[in-house]
Amino acid sequence: MLDGEPCNILENEFVKPGKGQAFSRVKIRKLISGKVIEKTFKSGDSVEGADVMDTDLAYLYTDGEFWHFMNNETFEQIAADETAVGENVKWLVENDVCTITLWNGAPIAVQPANFVELEITETDPGLKGDTAGTGGKPATLSSGAVVRVPLFVQTGEVVRVDTRSGEYVSRAQK
Amino acid sequence: MQTDNWRPSASIEILKQRALILQKIRHFFAVRDVLEVDTPTLSHGTVTDEHLHSFSTQFTHPFATHACTLYLQTSPEFAMKRLLSAGSGAIYQICKSFRNEETGRFHNPEFTMLEWYRPDFDHVQLMTEIDELMQMVLGCEIAQRVTYQDIFKQHLSCDPLTATLADLKTLAKQYGYGELAASENNKDTLLMLLFSQHVEPQIGQDRPCFVMDFPASQAALAKISATNSLVAERFELYFRGIELANGFHELTDGPEQTRRFQQDNAKRQSNGLDPMPIDENFIAALNFGLPNCAGVALGIDRLLMLALSCSKIEQVIAFENSRA
Repeated sequence: MLDGEPCNILENEFVKPGKGQAFSRVKIRKLISGKVIEKTFKSGDSVEGADVMDTDLAYLYTDGEFWHFMNNETFEQIAADETAVGENVKWLVENDVCTITLWNGAPIAVQPANFVELEITETDPGLKGDTAGTGGKPATLSSGAVVRVPLFVQTGEVVRVDTRSGEYVSRAQK
Repeated sequence: MQTDNWRPSASIEILKQRALILQKIRHFFAVRDVLEVDTPTLSHGTVTDEHLHSFSTQFTHPFATHACTLYLQTSPEFAMKRLLSAGSGAIYQICKSFRNEETGRFHNPEFTMLEWYRPDFDHVQLMTEIDELMQMVLGCEIAQRVTYQDIFKQHLSCDPLTATLADLKTLAKQYGYGELAASENNKDTLLMLLFSQHVEPQIGQDRPCFVMDFPASQAALAKISATNSLVAERFELYFRGIELANGFHELTDGPEQTRRFQQDNAKRQSNGLDPMPIDENFIAALNFGLPNCAGVALGIDRLLMLALSCSKIEQVIAFENSRA
């Protein structure tokens, strides 16, 4: 918690003169305002922990303004706004379970599954007979995300992507 | 993938370069007739410095009823000075040192230290020798030399030796550390914060930079200057934003060293840390007589980062800690 907002640590650089006091230079995202700030703490300083809860919900649909998720056991639905969804919008696949962070019951962050499967909507035909491990080519997925894929993967195929790195993993198992 | 953790964090090519540079460093000392030594990693006493955290372990002697605590050394300094007192002459060592609570882009809890001592040198003469080593390993130009006071003034418009606690708090607040500064009552902590964040990144960009004459309150194991009691005969070497080495015109006064260790322990206790056992063998060696000498500790891994253009320490060590 910082200035009354729950925050997420994006980066933490450890700074320590050989004979001196250690500091942490931390890059923090404030989860409500979405602001990214830098702050320096003395090693060992503490801040109030945020009372947030993670819950696993299935993604249903978007109405353009809100993204709707449902608890598969209670069928309770929750709507997350653009700030909460953020850049992860490109990894949302219908019926996939995502981790939603709730603060005081309201969604403030949406974390997609580590791996998602999406169809390629557009990519260059590429060369036949090429194997994995070469440079690859960009491919646009049905969610709008763009990832680098090996040359042998074609439009219309479904691929498995690591959402943490945004990297192609394999063709989807049919 | 978790399964990749068995792999080295450095490439084999970098490890070959590392071996080659270490060979060159040993040659550098061999031709200068500096003796290579090997001192213990485990010790009964340890550093009292409030900012250094030793690892400890339990030694069970086969005939003893209780295990005793031994500490992994944070630098081979005490043992090497005992050799100097015993008449070793000039010595150097390349060894692992261990510091708890340190990990990051420039830190690994165990790291390789090059430490050497030159009887009859003062810190200024030793800087010249370090400079020669740097030029050999890095192919860089002759290092710049500045005083802590001048360089601090130049970048922060404040005299670090005469500034009051209130002055430093105001300065820290101006630079965006308001919350930290408000609750901080240690001048040295504020100096370290401002120096590491606003001076270090500015200096030694084109060539290495020695910063000399640290404030007396950060003397550690250095002599206080005979001509200016506000500063210690201590220097640090920086290059491209990396703190590479720390050296002293060594304190040879046993009772004064004991007083500093006791002060350290008092500070530790007021900050809620356990006092550390003073290395009595080291104190005894000082009391017997440590020859007038200068010494320096240089981080080999960081030197390799510079030599091999690596941005993270893990790229120059075979297995960084999380893979160890």
